[in-house]
Amino acid sequence: MRKVAIIGVGNSKFGIRNDVNVSELAFEAVKPALEDAGLTSKDVGFVALGSAGAGAWYEELLPAVVTSEYCGLTGAGLMRCEAACASGSAAFFAAYSAVACGQADIAMALGVEKMREIDTQTAMEWIGRAGYYLWEFHNFGLTFPAYYALYANAYMARYGATEEDLALVGVKNHKYAAMNPVAHLQNRITVEDVLSSMVIASPLKLYDCSPMTDGSACIIVASEEKVRELKIDAPVWVAAVGYSSGTANLSKRAGFLSLDASVSASQQAYKAAKLQPKQLDFAEVHDCFTIAEILAYEDLGFCGRGEGVKFLREGQTEIGGKIPVNVDGGLKAKGHPIGATGCSMLYELTKQLREEAVEKSRQVPLKNYVGLAHNIGGTGHYCYVTILRR
Amino acid sequence: MSSASMPTIKSKPVTISQDIPVSKTLRFWEGLKEDKILATKCCQCGSLYFPPAADCANCLCTSMEWVELSSEAEIETFTHIVVRPTSFSQHKPYTVAIGKLREGVKVLAWLTGFKFSQVKVGMKAKLVAKVSSDEEWSYEFVPLDKSEG
Ligand SMILES: [Zn+2]
Repeated sequence: MRKVAIIGVGNSKFGIRNDVNVSELAFEAVKPALEDAGLTSKDVGFVALGSAGAGAWYEELLPAVVTSEYCGLTGAGLMRCEAACASGSAAFFAAYSAVACGQADIAMALGVEKMREIDTQTAMEWIGRAGYYLWEFHNFGLTFPAYYALYANAYMARYGATEEDLALVGVKNHKYAAMNPVAHLQNRITVEDVLSSMVIASPLKLYDCSPMTDGSACIIVASEEKVRELKIDAPVWVAAVGYSSGTANLSKRAGFLSLDASVSASQQAYKAAKLQPKQLDFAEVHDCFTIAEILAYEDLGFCGRGEGVKFLREGQTEIGGKIPVNVDGGLKAKGHPIGATGCSMLYELTKQLREEAVEKSRQVPLKNYVGLAHNIGGTGHYCYVTILRR
Repeated sequence: MSSASMPTIKSKPVTISQDIPVSKTLRFWEGLKEDKILATKCCQCGSLYFPPAADCANCLCTSMEWVELSSEAEIETFTHIVVRPTSFSQHKPYTVAIGKLREGVKVLAWLTGFKFSQVKVGMKAKLVAKVSSDEEWSYEFVPLDKSEG
């Protein structure tokens, strides 16, 4: 296996992007990523596109093909990766693998999603079907917030966590999103705002949920040889990728206090990178709902079982705490364009590791120059954990 | 950039409804009409499957027998769904729960007949067959004291 580095990153403005179609949106991430790497589209040997809703919440069924043509990437090896909300990380894994195994010298992971071309109820329908349609949607109408609400109620019953505790995740992540110009929701919120927002699937309310967002992000990787040849100033190395998965039916899960896929994927990544969670300078974790961030603290080993809320309340996941988490606003407030999220997490890790955080106020202090991205697909149906090191 | 009034073209509409094969789990769907909740059990390794599976994921055996499940469940978790998908928009908000049966398998289904404030993790409920409002056979959790049938 060859060493692989990230040499170029781009991230579109996240939000309701009715001003662009999927190809134009992809271009907004591809262009800055290529310029960042000092490359042209013709230099890219392999492209993996992460997108989950092709043909459902936006009109194109073959988004890899249409975005590649639009961005001048036609001719490169091409595929679309689907791992639900982890599609972007799956695409990154494909691009990384193509370079690591020697098949390509320069590869691109491109995440893109257009979620706001259909109405909210239809979007709930499509995303609710993203489990086991036959056994858990057809007769029971599960929704995506409902899947995580099942975990939230079990967690609250077991550890005595409250709705106020969950709300604190939203308050924190909105605070950082307000400092991030690419974020979808840039308003600061209070615990009271969360508690008084409408119930979506109890105990989760509107402000416990990530928004439906349009967005794209692009990551360009290269071999060590190519990094030297191109004289890249600040390559950010891929230290490890860990992955795992969980059952389609939630009724087949052993328990509802943690996501087993997160535990397995992170342990695999820590082992491959030869490091402990306490050596991480910061992390991006999958906070599609507030409860998900608390589960992630515990599943990734940032704190002990049942200690997630205390860890949050102590400010350990803020800048200045033990491990700043989601200081770009997270999925919760930066937004969650499903297939783009994994690449957007790696965009943020790369920017932070280069000490180029968009706003200095949210630059994390770096000691070991190591960051982790934790990207879940569905409700622990897929999980990718990527560790980067400068 | 975030204006909803941006110019757009409407895509051609499509209506999708798939015919989902159930020939291998027909006993399960027919069992519901007799108020039985059936699971499958592997003839080779004894693994029990709910939802019923025609093939054993544990030992790859394709010889399975049908077994009737007990009805008493312990509720492991639940949620009350207020914002519903399009295909459930004709329903009032509904409660979904996951309950564990004595045999060790878990079932996800609607929970009805309780006041929402009474619903707690760890409580007991009864799993019964029912006809859904779409005239399809389904199953749900109800209070233990609710009479048979
Ligand atoms: Zn078997």
